[in-house]
Amino acid sequence: MSKKMGNQTIRFANPPIIVSAAAIVGKKEGEGPLADFFDKVVDDPNWGEDSWEKAESKFVRETMALAINKASIKTKDIDYVFSGDLLNQCCGSTFGIKDFKIPFFGLFGACSTMGESMSLGAMAVDGGFATNVLCGAGSHFCSAEKQFRFPLGMGTQRPPSATWTVTGNGAVVIGNQGTGAKITHITTGKIMDMGIKDAGNMGAAMAPAACQVIAAHFQDTGRHPDYYDVIATGDLGYIGRTILRKLLKDEGYILNENLTDCGIEIFDRDKQDTHSGGSGCGCAAATFCGYYNTLINYGKIKKLLLVPTGALMSTTSSQQGESIPAIAHAVAIEME
Amino acid sequence: MEENNKSKQEYSKMVDMVSPNSSLVMNCIKAFVVGGLICVAGEAMNKSFSNYNFTKDEVSLLVNVVLIGATALLTGLGLFSKLGKFSGAGTFVPITGFANSMVSPAIEFKKEGWVFGMAAKMFTVAGPVIVYGLVTSMVVGFIYFVAEKVM
Repeated sequence: MSKKMGNQTIRFANPPIIVSAAAIVGKKEGEGPLADFFDKVVDDPNWGEDSWEKAESKFVRETMALAINKASIKTKDIDYVFSGDLLNQCCGSTFGIKDFKIPFFGLFGACSTMGESMSLGAMAVDGGFATNVLCGAGSHFCSAEKQFRFPLGMGTQRPPSATWTVTGNGAVVIGNQGTGAKITHITTGKIMDMGIKDAGNMGAAMAPAACQVIAAHFQDTGRHPDYYDVIATGDLGYIGRTILRKLLKDEGYILNENLTDCGIEIFDRDKQDTHSGGSGCGCAAATFCGYYNTLINYGKIKKLLLVPTGALMSTTSSQQGESIPAIAHAVAIEME
Repeated sequence: MEENNKSKQEYSKMVDMVSPNSSLVMNCIKAFVVGGLICVAGEAMNKSFSNYNFTKDEVSLLVNVVLIGATALLTGLGLFSKLGKFSGAGTFVPITGFANSMVSPAIEFKKEGWVFGMAAKMFTVAGPVIVYGLVTSMVVGFIYFVAEKVM
């Protein structure tokens, strides 16, 4: 029997299990509403290293080591690592895990990377190619600002539609045995480009991709929006969520209270001055691994559709006046 | 959702309606007050330096040196970015903005080395200002030259 459903969805024959999850975040995230859910909060943006980039790699290394430890397995029991980040050539991940000596797939899906890594990891496990895989993603506010925007010391103003890159990392061990939540379906996103060029309004650039993949998920699976307790996009923020609601309504899907966004959950925008919300690979990764996976394991929610969203531009494409293509990947996570 | 021109235009309109704009009036007032205060400080220095035995050129040079020095110090202490966030163009337009735009990348890119890091990146924001400042002065100079000959 084919595992493919409809155009974009896979239904796993033996749904892979999220055996463990770990999330380590920076100071600002540790001051936010989800503070108690993270495994560790690191106050020093350098984390004892001599650059932000090295600190970002340390977030990767420490979070992955913690996820392996929480799964009560050894590093050698991991068959593959799937990981990505925002730094050029994915150096955050590669420098972070180079000493693990585990077969590695480096990914770039911008801020949708957690969805991409969990999708590919689950496919590897369900396909029988692996017993345990490690999937993660992360970002660092300082190194992202340095690469994509202005130096931190420069006195600039951020527009109200801007989001705040999360410093943090999330990693899960996905295996074919264990007691955690199961990944039952994945819906892989298509690239959508609705012509938005404003890098200060990423939510608007990414909302069409989120709409496309969520609508495809419902069409392919025959499920309805109220099937899920929570549908959490990655980093659309407040503005992006408002747009997504409108777009999904046009497609015939009404989503109300159960539609949220990791970027909305991770910060308190009134107290933390984060404007439209959190963003970055670490936003969906740390929010899922720290917050939602805990809620699922404690039975607070049973069915989650995680939809990390990513803006696929580079500084070069932006400077050349190109619009911002975006992607989103949906991962259905359910506890029986 | 189709990716054609019509739907892109409609989408762009919808995004504009949903996305809040920066408060223009408030930002203008803040920029005016802070920018004005920087100029007042410059003028106060101008007056007080004039009491000493400096020529007029030396006085204006000294005022610039103090403003640039103060900006560099505040940038290094991480305070200038807070002031810039509050006042926007108020700190950016005077000479303080120029100094800040050179010092902040110099600090940030020191990790990439003294030559291709700090020294090269120092001009990422300030470089274009210098280039177009020179071009503008050349154009104005040429117009002045022609006008002087004709008159």
